[in-house]
Amino acid sequence: MEALKENIVGSLNRFFTEVGNILLFTGQVIRQFFSAPFEFKELIRQGYYIGNKTLPLIAITGFIMGLVLTLQSRPVMVDFGAESLLPGMIAISIIREIGPVITALLCAGKISSGIGAELGAMKVTEQLDAMEVSGAKPLNYVVATRVMATTILVPILVFFADAIGLFGSFAALNMREDISLRLFFSQAFDSLSFADVIPATIKTVFFGFFIGLIGSYKGYTADRGTESVGLSANSAVVTASLVIFIIDLIAVQISELIYGF
Amino acid sequence: METVIEIKHLEKSFDQLAVLTDINLKLERGENLAILGKSGTGKSVLTKCIVRLVQADKGEILVLGNDILKMDDEQLNETRKKVGYLFQGGALYDSMTVRQNLEFQIRRTQMEKKKKELRELVEESLENVGLADAINKMPAELSGGMKKRIGLARTLILKPQIILYDEPTTGLDPVTSGEISELILQVQEKYNTSSIIITHDMKCAKMTANQLKIMKDGKFYAEGTFSQLSESDDQEVKAYFS
Ligand SMILES: Nc1ncnc2c1ncn2[C@@H]1O[C@H](COP(=O)(O)OP(=O)(O)OP(=O)(O)O)[C@@H](O)[C@H]1O
Ligand SMILES: [Mg+2]
Repeated sequence: MEALKENIVGSLNRFFTEVGNILLFTGQVIRQFFSAPFEFKELIRQGYYIGNKTLPLIAITGFIMGLVLTLQSRPVMVDFGAESLLPGMIAISIIREIGPVITALLCAGKISSGIGAELGAMKVTEQLDAMEVSGAKPLNYVVATRVMATTILVPILVFFADAIGLFGSFAALNMREDISLRLFFSQAFDSLSFADVIPATIKTVFFGFFIGLIGSYKGYTADRGTESVGLSANSAVVTASLVIFIIDLIAVQISELIYGF
Repeated sequence: METVIEIKHLEKSFDQLAVLTDINLKLERGENLAILGKSGTGKSVLTKCIVRLVQADKGEILVLGNDILKMDDEQLNETRKKVGYLFQGGALYDSMTVRQNLEFQIRRTQMEKKKKELRELVEESLENVGLADAINKMPAELSGGMKKRIGLARTLILKPQIILYDEPTTGLDPVTSGEISELILQVQEKYNTSSIIITHDMKCAKMTANQLKIMKDGKFYAEGTFSQLSESDDQEVKAYFS
């Protein structure tokens, strides 16, 4: 009993320490966004690298997502005689929820872990220390550029995934009935409003920020020793995924307050 | 003589583990100090305290006259520019070529330098360590000894006044070790630098150091010149010279 209590207290303690540390780290990174020098070249390099690494994966997943969603919802809609609402319904679910969350989770798996491992390795092999003593701030050169790159790129990737997802949906409908691309998209976009698009986009910016931030944090605070490289990659994915769901939850609540749904 | 580093009663522990308990030392300009000691006694921690990569718990560390523990970020950066650090594993930036590794080091301090001058400086530094043809290689393509020599080139390119060498010759063949020791000596003579050289390599210590210190239990256990220590009757000291 005592041991259990100690265990729980210990875990809670660790959890809140971690949350506090992440918040502190967030503050430091944001400060670097506004402090010279601005590493434009490194930002572009990171952005290119991230896009290059995730685009094919996101394209395939996005297409399948739209396809499957449509194939599964169609029978129900047909039963209700509401086939013409299908594109709109799919568009709303993809753009509001499924596109952003699935893309963000894929990015957590691919980018967060990559950054976690890379920075972890840099920490373990003293590269971050070497930068620090040479007068270059690793928080600026290494971390801020990566976080900025993911913050900019994840929304773009989500947009891309949404678009491909809609094409997947169109493909699925086309297997079952004759519908022109034009009709499909006009039905899809008719039911969309700014209230769907704006909160979803803002949400993805936060997803992007935390995907970069959590990966960097885990790598930056890696312990000494090579096994900690794998550990930071691993816990970057887990923590980033968790944070994505938490942000999603908060976003739903906020848009409900503002738009009333 | 001018004292460039002076450490008084330095203490450092990690959680329960007391690594440095009472470190005192003085390094004069133009002098090479070799620090010997068993693995895990805190030699690397000591050098990291000097550039504040590790925050010391207690004591004073005067680098070029100013206490490193009391500096703000700006002063710290200024001081760090004058202190070179050769990391135990080389610490080359994996994602950059050898050339970029060296350029990265100088671009903050010598922004005003022209492209051509930069290129020449990089090439010259690589020639100094005998690796001019590795300039476009990635660190992953280099052997351990080559990494160390590139790390050395990267440290020397800034022409620092003080250099901290963390095991510059460990893991190298005797010939290369000799060459590196020779290089350390040349740098000292040419630029009148002061160095702390952490080493297990007695040949390197003998060649390069004016003064030796042996570390044990977080303190200096014995000190003197190479010949003084080599004639010591103390068993612990003798063990290093056998
Ligand atoms: N950041 C750290 N956190 C916790 N403990 C540390 C840290 N850095 C070093 N130590 C501990 O301090 C002790 C001294 O380490 P240090 O790396 O200075 O040894 P060393 O004398 O350089 O050994 P070697 O000759 O093997 O390089 C070790 O017991 C190590 O575990
Ligand atoms: Mg060491």
